[in-house]
Amino acid sequence: MSRRSRRLTIIGVAGALLALAASLVLAGLRDSIVYFYPPTELAAKAKPGQRVKIGGLVEAGSISHDSSGALLFKVTDNRTSTAVRYTGVVPDLFKETKGVIAEGVYQPGAVFEADSVLAKHDENYMPKEVVEALKKRGEWRPDAGPGAGKGPGS
Amino acid sequence: MITELGLFLAALALIASLAQAGFGLYGGHKGDARASAASAACAQVAAFGTVAALALLIAAFIRSDFSLAVVANNSHTDKPLLYKIAGAWGNHEGSMLLWCTVSAVFGALFASTPGKLAPSLWSRAIGVQGAVTAGALIYTLFLSSPFARLVPAPLQGASLNPLLQDPALAMHPPMLYLGYVGLSMPYSIAIAGLIEGKVDQAWARAARPWILIAWICLTIGIAAGSYWAYYELGWGGWWFWDPVENASFMPWLSACALLHSAVVTERRGSLAGWTILLAIIGFGFALLGTFLVRSGVLTSVHAFAVDPQRGYAVLTLFVLALGVGFGLYAWRAPQLSRPSGFVAFSREGALVLNNLGLSVACATVLIGTLYPLLAQAMGAGLISVGPPFFNLTFAPLMALTLIALPFGPLLAWRRGDMKAALHTLWLAGAGAAGAALGVLLLTTKGISTALGLALGAWLLIGSGAYLWRRIRQARGVALPLAVWAMSAAHLGLGVFVIGAVSETSFRQERSALMAPGDVVDFAGEKIKLAEVGSHRGPNYTAEFGRFESAGNVMTAERRFYPASQQTTSEVAIRPSLGGDLYIALGDRTKDAGTWTVRLYRNPLIELIYLGCAMMALGGGLALLRLARRRETAPAPEAAPAPRPATASL
Repeated sequence: MSRRSRRLTIIGVAGALLALAASLVLAGLRDSIVYFYPPTELAAKAKPGQRVKIGGLVEAGSISHDSSGALLFKVTDNRTSTAVRYTGVVPDLFKETKGVIAEGVYQPGAVFEADSVLAKHDENYMPKEVVEALKKRGEWRPDAGPGAGKGPGS
Repeated sequence: MITELGLFLAALALIASLAQAGFGLYGGHKGDARASAASAACAQVAAFGTVAALALLIAAFIRSDFSLAVVANNSHTDKPLLYKIAGAWGNHEGSMLLWCTVSAVFGALFASTPGKLAPSLWSRAIGVQGAVTAGALIYTLFLSSPFARLVPAPLQGASLNPLLQDPALAMHPPMLYLGYVGLSMPYSIAIAGLIEGKVDQAWARAARPWILIAWICLTIGIAAGSYWAYYELGWGGWWFWDPVENASFMPWLSACALLHSAVVTERRGSLAGWTILLAIIGFGFALLGTFLVRSGVLTSVHAFAVDPQRGYAVLTLFVLALGVGFGLYAWRAPQLSRPSGFVAFSREGALVLNNLGLSVACATVLIGTLYPLLAQAMGAGLISVGPPFFNLTFAPLMALTLIALPFGPLLAWRRGDMKAALHTLWLAGAGAAGAALGVLLLTTKGISTALGLALGAWLLIGSGAYLWRRIRQARGVALPLAVWAMSAAHLGLGVFVIGAVSETSFRQERSALMAPGDVVDFAGEKIKLAEVGSHRGPNYTAEFGRFESAGNVMTAERRFYPASQQTTSEVAIRPSLGGDLYIALGDRTKDAGTWTVRLYRNPLIELIYLGCAMMALGGGLALLRLARRRETAPAPEAAPAPRPATASL
């Protein structure tokens, strides 16, 4: 094989791989990214059946269990709160009045069925998305400290 | 006093590494052997300074010297000794000092093993490494000094995040840093080669051990971190495509590509430009990893420092390192290309495919990791990119690359015999087809599981077939170490793929509300919560649940650490090949005396870690081979001895 045709082979294979990668990435970014909303924006912005993350603080006194053992709690951005139902063990640092992110499929008018719950990982932590949302709402108190760290729940 | 001494030693190291950079580059430029020797001596001084400073910092942690801000913020008198020591690098400032230490020590090791390297290349590489160390030390000393005093000194410290008080995690950061910073050495050698304008087989021979060291350490570090996530976080998973996990995975992928392309450069002299580029990009990813973790721009479990100023400083170092690298590359690259003849179906062809696949897969990880930042900056709202994205993009691209893997070793350099390779691999093909059919016929899982397990079988049997062929051909003569090294790593990859696919596809999980005495059915077992009690540990109180299943007793705990007001889970794991039984004890429900309990069965998860261990072992064997070759190597002027065409990794 000549040097020229060898180059063409490599460029061809590389081009094909890149094209495949680009189409996969575009498809992935179209279909599998998840938007984040605070409870106040949830109803206005999320579409029914869309996969979203909601984030805010766990409302004080809102944690309970229903008869099947699922966890019920409310996520609040101190304006609106959204009721969430979650089956499973929450992260160790899931506490009332602390930051939380719940991920699930949005259905208007229904309790938000979360399939994963992320909570803060140390005393100074608040999910970055929650900080942004609270700042936007004017509810941000820096003494809570913007840490970073998420607990991917499964 | 110790503190001031530590600060002094770190400052000494900074001055030494600056001198190392100056002498090294000057000595290489002028061919002045005395300047080069001075640079090597400075490298030793810098290594001594950083190691001693780190030792003093560890001593301060052991003695709980809370007059040091970093100790007061991250340690506590009642912490066990191991975690006092690990606390020294379990925080931002200390981990940066560790970064500098590793960089300086690698520089000194490189300086003390000139081997057959051209003196000018050797001298310049020491110089560039000195500049890297100096950059890291400037950042550490001026923006995040671990030796900052806290006045007045508190009586008690704030303790280390209890999640991090774990043996696997005591090892995870140092290994990862050895890997990250290990990539600075190939970078320095690459920059030196670009300044020389000559990247040949001797260059690749000098760079390969350092690439291997970095790759091995990254493999172990990432596996340790994943194992920690598996049993400490209590979520039952081992990889979450978390941004910080990605930040360590990207350097691994590029080191893996570099490892393979450097072989081509050493054996055939070709791909020199590409190898250099990968060395620069690999170190870029290592710095990007440091930046992502340190700046807190990404939300992640491990990102513990949030300080925009520090973020900008790391970003500056990142831009500087990549700017210098790419600039020199653009200037010199036209000189580097060398004609070399090979056809598509050859060892070179397979390794080029390996590099294309790894690079493209790495690029998708990069896009997935940075896209949320980009989207936010463009005002597209807050989004997150999670596992579905990576499963859709990274997994198929990587799978394509892995399909080609078993062919590589079977093809000779320059011109491979594809027919013979196919002939050797028939059993692997049959095994893959059998695995796929078995999944489709015997389980309820779909096509992706079938393809995943088929790929694992293909890798495992294909790499085994190669090893078997070599053993048969050798007729009782010991095989070259390189064959064992490559086979261990490739078999390990097959083992890993089988473990990863099985765990992901066949994991069972359920959660239940249980009171003492309750029994749940899970994965064909009856699991009883026998009792719940509490006990005290050295620096925590714990609530434990004792579970019984088929005569086995397992204990899961929830620990509360008063010093940091945190709770952690200690899951109960009963390992077995059929599947780990994994139990996490959750909260007690408010009203009734029941606890939420989460149960998982994780089939073959051990194979994930066994596979990683085999890959690291393969890397270790390859390193051993390079070290041996160094001892028995011919004089620098002699032409490289011809070796059997298939003997190289």
